[in-house]
This record gives sequence, structure tokens and C-alpha cells, in this order.
Amino acid sequence: MIGRVTDYGDQALLLQFDSTAEVLAWSDVLRGAELPGVVDIVPASKTLLIKLHRPRYQSAARQAVSKLRLAPEALEEATAPSGAQADVVIDVVYEGADLEEVGKLTGLSAKDVVAAHTQTLWRVGFCGFAPGFAYLVGGDERLRVPRRSEPRTKVPAGSVGLAGEFSGVYPRESPGGWQLIGRTDAALWDVDRDEPALLTPGLWVQFREVSS
Amino acid sequence: MTITLEVLRPGPLALVEDLGRAGMAHLGVTRSGAADRRSHTLANRLVANPGDRATIEVMFGGFTARVRGGDVAIAVTGADTDPAVNGVPFGTNSIHYAHDGQVISLGAPHSGLRSYLAVRGGIDVQPVLGSRSYDVMSSIGPLPLQAGDVLPIGDHAEEFPELDQAPVAAISDDIVELSVVPGPRDDWFTDPDVLVRTNWQVTNRSDRVGMRLVGMPLDYRYGDRQLPSEGATRGAIQVPPNGFPVILGPDHPVTGGYPVIGVVVDEDIDRIAQIRPGQTVRLHWSRPRRPFHNSS
Repeated sequence: MIGRVTDYGDQALLLQFDSTAEVLAWSDVLRGAELPGVVDIVPASKTLLIKLHRPRYQSAARQAVSKLRLAPEALEEATAPSGAQADVVIDVVYEGADLEEVGKLTGLSAKDVVAAHTQTLWRVGFCGFAPGFAYLVGGDERLRVPRRSEPRTKVPAGSVGLAGEFSGVYPRESPGGWQLIGRTDAALWDVDRDEPALLTPGLWVQFREVSS
Repeated sequence: MTITLEVLRPGPLALVEDLGRAGMAHLGVTRSGAADRRSHTLANRLVANPGDRATIEVMFGGFTARVRGGDVAIAVTGADTDPAVNGVPFGTNSIHYAHDGQVISLGAPHSGLRSYLAVRGGIDVQPVLGSRSYDVMSSIGPLPLQAGDVLPIGDHAEEFPELDQAPVAAISDDIVELSVVPGPRDDWFTDPDVLVRTNWQVTNRSDRVGMRLVGMPLDYRYGDRQLPSEGATRGAIQVPPNGFPVILGPDHPVTGGYPVIGVVVDEDIDRIAQIRPGQTVRLHWSRPRRPFHNSS
């Protein structure tokens, strides 16, 4: 069962977890449970926020959540795919401005950074920061690097970056502090598409190296 | 012939807004929608619009538009701007009529910040992701209005307006008191009760993303600890490292990385939309804070 459930104002609940894998597994459970009065479920790296229509749903939602259970195998499946296939393949030219810096931070050669980034499947944990910006989890642990100490004021659209346990692709030009290792032509966000975001929570993602 | 509104002057900021795009946070899209939902909803009701119709959110008045192609029923709610048709004033919070070719104008508000102009039939611009709201943070939806914009008016419902005018409490130009549910991250601060002991001043760096306050800064309990980003709502009071609270507005980021010391109750959220820069805000806990230990 869920350990920590906190009121977030008078019409939302904050659920706290130890890992993004738990967040993913529980978000599936919550979406399936169709609790009354839920407007939105917002996954983040260690939390899920359940937004409700009105304050009167808060105590009923708190009780309903406390009764939900997670299947024992769900947690493992959330980030360790047993035969999972990529839902989305993203072609990347690995010529990012911070590729060398990431090599220094990780002790890997540029070639090994690319191999580490492309050899395992990533999974979309949650979106945020900007429309279509997906936080990808479950990648090679050797790729964990801190954010840049000085964020860039302009990161070009399609930039592929690393920060902490996450990888991500900037949907459009914006400020940003992630370490940039490559770029892609993939359209991460297009409001005129039926599904405007290319990457949505739960999808499995494979990066593939292409030449420029 | 379609009835339209031709914008002559937008004023400082005029936006098309409805009740926003709910349920899209998982795509990184925030809800957006009218900042003062109560005034927006009342404007729709006065002209017998269904609740999903869009109105024009006019910040700090100064908006004028000409009616083209027919006669319309209109209502203006929210901040009182002495609304007029061809220079003849009509009451805020009441239904009024404007004929083909006449000019609707909103002056400067006496108090408050945002007024809502509803037209029977609704502002019928193209929805984006299911809503006609403009989100200032992500630039999703119909762009801020400019002189020369021509806005189509939608077909109106069968219902006839039932209210001529609605009694509404005046918007305060004095100290505003808001009620706040403590947490979820009140334990990140050395003394979270500073929030409710300080007279906060609203700065002019406030918009639909957030309202910034200055006063006695709040100290982080752990200077070096970083909070992983978590989901946020309207009314959440985030405190960045400088110690000055930001109350999130309708166009807030879906997730935020600063600790949220408390969240304004739903009942008080619409009032935030009417607070001007320079005004004083006092915050109160809506319920006792849970005790926490220094060793957490």
C-alpha cells in the first residue's frame, strides 16, 4: 500500500515514493482505479499529485487511495523490461556541446557514452518543464551526471541531454541546464497532431545513433 | 453574416480564456483558463452562455472593441471598469445590449485587476487542445489580443438570460486575507509560521504564472538539500532560495522544484487574480500545522 499521502491544499493529494519506478507503477494503478472526482494525475520523479474537482472529494479520495494495492511484480516491470520493445525510436546525432564534459564526469570515452545511451531502453517517467518535455528513466547508471552549474539561456530544439538519473529531449528552444550530448530532428511536440506529445508517461524509448 | 468583435484597443493585456484544459498535466500542459473563474462564470451566466464558452479577460481595463454584423448581449464582470457602449455607461455585473457598429469600452478599474467581457454565444476562436484559453507560460492557445483582431461570436444557446444583474461583493483595494492549508513542505523551513506573521507586498513581477511577494524572507532548514520536482497546483505557495514566496497562478508550470510551504484554499483562489502590485496580503493557516521534528 501507499506509505505517505499528504493533503496538498484542499483539493489535491500528494503521494510520496522512494523511486521513479514506484511512481510509474502507482500511476498505472491510479489511472486504472478511476477514483471519483479526479481531474488530473501528475507524476514527477518521487511523487504523484492527484488533482480533484472540488474540495469535497479530498477525504473520499484519501480513503480510496489507501485501499489500493500494487501487484508485487509491477515495480520491477516498471523500469526493468522483460522483453519490452521500444514504442518510439529517436535518431540522434551525438555531437552535443557537453559530450566531452559528460565523458570527463563519467570516466567514459565519448564512444562509450553514446553506447551507454543507445544500448538500453529508457522509459518515460513523467512530463513537465515544458509541453512535450519527457523525463526518461531506467537508463545506464553510469550516465548519471549533475546539471551544468551555469544553465544555458538558449538550448536549441531537439537537443538531447542528461541530468541526474534522467535523459530528455528539448521540444523547443528554451533555457536549460542539462548536459547536452546530441540532437534529433524528431518532433517532440506538435499541437496540430492528434497526440501532440511524442513521448508520454509509460512509453519505452530507444535512442539510435545516426551520422550528421 | 457572422457576428464579430473587432478589437480596437486591447489595453495592457487582453486574453481569450475559458475554464482551461484539464487533464493534460501528463503531457506537460498546465490547465490555464480564467484567472478569476468566478467572475468569468458569472459573465457567461448573465448572457445565458453554457459554462464552456470563452470570455475576454481584460487586465487593467483599457479595452475597446466594435460589434460587427449584428446585435449582441454582453456582460462585464470582475474589476469595475465603468463599461460603456458608445460612451454610455452600463453596470458591471449586469446584462446589456450592443448594436451593430457600436463600440464597447472598458475604462481603468477602480479596484481589482481583471475584468471579464462575455458576449452571448461566446468568443468562438479556434480551440487548441480542447480549450480557447491562452497559456502565457507555454504560449498555447489564441494569442494575446491586438488591435485589428476580429473575433467570431458563436451561436448562442436556446436559453434566455434570466438574470438582469447579480449582487457581487466589491473587490478590496485594501489588505487581502487568504487562507492557506499548511504543507506539504512546511517542514523544509526553519520557521514556517513566518508566512502567517508577515505582511506581504505583491510585486509588479507578477503574472498569470505566479504572484511574487516580498516581506520577511523564509529560511530553508537545510541549505544544501534539493527537492526533486513535484506536481503543482494553482494557489501553491512555492518558496525559492531567496525566501520570498510565489503564489502559483493558472499558467503555473506543471511541476516545480521549490518547496511548497502551503496551498491557498480553493475558496480564496479567484481573489488572488484581483490583487494589484503594491497591495498587501496576509496569509492564515486554515488548519493547525502538523508538528515536525528537527531531526527529520
